[in-house]
Amino acid sequence: MEAELREIRDHLSQNPPFDKLLDELLDDVVGNIEITYFKADSIILERGQPIHALSYIRSGAVETYHYNGELYNRLEEGDIFGQLGLLRQGKVRFPVKAIEDTLLYQIPKTIFDRLCDNDSFADFVELSGSRLKSTVDESLRENDLMTTRVRKLISRLPLMVEITVSIQEAARLMTENVVSSVLLIEPADEEDSDGVFRGDEGGLWRLKGMVTDEDLRSQVVAAGVKTDRPVGQLSDGRLITIQSDESVNEAMLTMLRNHIQRLPVLHRRRPVGVLHLSDIVRYETNSSLYLASNIFSRNSVRDLSRLIPEIRAAFIRLVDAGSNAKMIGDAMSSIGRSLMRRLIELAEDELGPAPIPYCFMVHGSLARHEQSVITDQDNALVLHDSFDPQHHDEYFKMLAKKVSDGLDACGYEYCKGGIMATNEQWRQPLAQWRRYFDEWIADPDPQRLLHSCIFFDLDAVYGEEYLVENLQDMIATKARYNPRFLGAMARNASNRRPPLGFFRTFVMETDGRQHKVINIKGRGLAPITDVIRVHALAVGSKAQNSAERLRDIEHANILPAGQVDKLQYALEFIALVRMRHQAFELRNDQAIDNAIEPENIDTAERHNLKEAFQVVNNAQNFLPYRYPYSA
Amino acid sequence: MFKKRSQQSVIDEWQRYQAQQAKACRNPILQRFYQMPLTDPEVPLSEVSFLALDFETTGLDPRYNEIVSFGLVPFTLRSIRPSDGYYQVVKPKCNLSEESIAFHRITHSQVATAPPLEKVLDELLERLSDCIVVVHYQHIERPFLDMACHKFWGEHCLFPLIDTMAIEARWERRGWKHQLKEALGLQPVSIRLDNSRQRYGLPTYSAHHAKVDAMATAELFLAQVARHYSPTTAIGQLWE
Repeated sequence: MEAELREIRDHLSQNPPFDKLLDELLDDVVGNIEITYFKADSIILERGQPIHALSYIRSGAVETYHYNGELYNRLEEGDIFGQLGLLRQGKVRFPVKAIEDTLLYQIPKTIFDRLCDNDSFADFVELSGSRLKSTVDESLRENDLMTTRVRKLISRLPLMVEITVSIQEAARLMTENVVSSVLLIEPADEEDSDGVFRGDEGGLWRLKGMVTDEDLRSQVVAAGVKTDRPVGQLSDGRLITIQSDESVNEAMLTMLRNHIQRLPVLHRRRPVGVLHLSDIVRYETNSSLYLASNIFSRNSVRDLSRLIPEIRAAFIRLVDAGSNAKMIGDAMSSIGRSLMRRLIELAEDELGPAPIPYCFMVHGSLARHEQSVITDQDNALVLHDSFDPQHHDEYFKMLAKKVSDGLDACGYEYCKGGIMATNEQWRQPLAQWRRYFDEWIADPDPQRLLHSCIFFDLDAVYGEEYLVENLQDMIATKARYNPRFLGAMARNASNRRPPLGFFRTFVMETDGRQHKVINIKGRGLAPITDVIRVHALAVGSKAQNSAERLRDIEHANILPAGQVDKLQYALEFIALVRMRHQAFELRNDQAIDNAIEPENIDTAERHNLKEAFQVVNNAQNFLPYRYPYSA
Repeated sequence: MFKKRSQQSVIDEWQRYQAQQAKACRNPILQRFYQMPLTDPEVPLSEVSFLALDFETTGLDPRYNEIVSFGLVPFTLRSIRPSDGYYQVVKPKCNLSEESIAFHRITHSQVATAPPLEKVLDELLERLSDCIVVVHYQHIERPFLDMACHKFWGEHCLFPLIDTMAIEARWERRGWKHQLKEALGLQPVSIRLDNSRQRYGLPTYSAHHAKVDAMATAELFLAQVARHYSPTTAIGQLWE
């Protein structure tokens, strides 16, 4: 492939959906591209005009509009448009205008059609939601070394020198380029012979071998070879390579089989990188969940609090290993619960057995099994109805305090809203809890709605679980038959709107304003969790986990076809972005927060997040129709 | 004050030159080249077939330096088709200097296997013959090509072309802002290929590969027409 086409290819191959294409198909796309240019403010596509090509934004930015002229989306470098028109009768659906000087790569319809035979590409270009789906599905498989292609692990071009270069010069270039290996090449004259490839400038080269740091040590320094000798003499001409299309698994097997640690990676016959065994190991790192068991062997709050670094390291490993948000949420939640159980056990050891049956329950992300690396504590105590404040409360007050202080010592800050068992209001017998819930559902005022949102995600962590189950059953049976309550919850769930998406390094609001950061929890995760909770309440689901709630919602068949899937993928993706963000902060010793800066998210992720926000927004728009509000 | 000759006189001159060359040239290749009618200067840009051309050379002086590679990319105002382009490394007579190798990364062994320029010159002219050539900085492509024809065939080869750098100079280095800058002794804006491209929101490509530069020049020209001219502008207005 010639240099100018590689300029195009390199850019395309970094952005979805092209990043998932096989090399050969990608070459096909690149070989058929036409370049067009539009200055700022010019119309690129008019509604209804015939469309013959998919447009890829190489530089610049465009806006697309609804029929009514309202802003539909703002697209930037790496985005595509025109796919809907191409899929439907070949007419432009959403008009497009350049808002900056814009350079487009046009992919003709014939090629586009061929690309659509490819499942992941077709998923991507079809209606929104499916693009997310393919990414989420992909990340489920991501960690699978059988399916990951070698090229994904390649981060830089290989260093190449002619065999006639001196050993010292080769070593100098390796040092300068900070690499531990260099590929040796010599001019070739016959194209179709082994190991021959065409270089950037069109010349023919033969790949002759590789020299590594170890070679320089063993064959040069240890052997006392003069460094002005040609570097070619260090290689015996045998070289094991791998194609960029092969799986990482295959690469690993090749290395093991041949007792080598580095593999030059070829695209066809051209070297495109060198894979090191450590690249694979880094990629494959396993998450360690032995942590939870470790927790139960700790005998003091202080011992437990020493586990914080390990918990955080486990979180980072999970994220790096490409686990999905549900897996990470499950893992972190079970760590959180184990910690809490152990704290209660330790408190009981100290205070003696409880005078009456009770159950410690948790709310929020811990109840939903969706905890990330940090969270504050949301907990409460359900006591047996034989509770007598005069005789029993002192015990439970102490118990709550010990647990709460212990959690704080372990990195789970006190709840600012006071949702803790230390607060008398939330340390009550079952009957009182039932009265609370009854009131909240029957007569929802803003304060009660807030409580409903927090307390209606609830799960037992320690003690007599039937006490909490009783409450779960009650919510499941009462809420669904109370349209007024559902209407109020629905309205509440639409209060926090996700932004339109990202544009460049800004967060785009629906009214066109732009911000530097987005609170991914407040503007993404909480809104989607809220939406799911409303539906879950409406179908009488007793599930606490959002994914499980979605399954119940699916069974109840109350949403338009495909909607549950979309919510599922959007939830997964938003949660994952938040976790990756927090893992990044942890790794860099920064304070952990939920403030996502668009510039720190890669292009593919931004596309997906943008789409996830749109899913949430659509789901919110649907709520008032499904659950009308009556004041 | 120095007054620039009018564009009409440029057009007239080219038409005269073309007629004269068509008669004078003895070399069959050049004869064929000049017997193709000169593009009508009144033709609107939208109807012209363009060809972006770029040379990489061993240095800046056509008397002592030589062409080492050339890249061609055909285009129209509507679109550029990079894969229909053409790229060729050629073997110069002189040795490659270390600096020029570092510059465009064409090495000894690469040129060793390449054909000499005279073997591919006729093919190059063939490709140029029915298009309007667009270059960035005419003072490389024009004299080097002319010098090559003169060296091999003893005859000159010049033709009207479009220089995106000249266009850039025309728009960027005029007006009161520029004069003010000049009066204050400030650096004028750079009209080099990459700097010019940045002003039009065009991406940065890796420079000094003849075909990448040709593609980059074609893109720049589309951007210049979009900003400063129109599809109906007569081609003759942009001739150099």
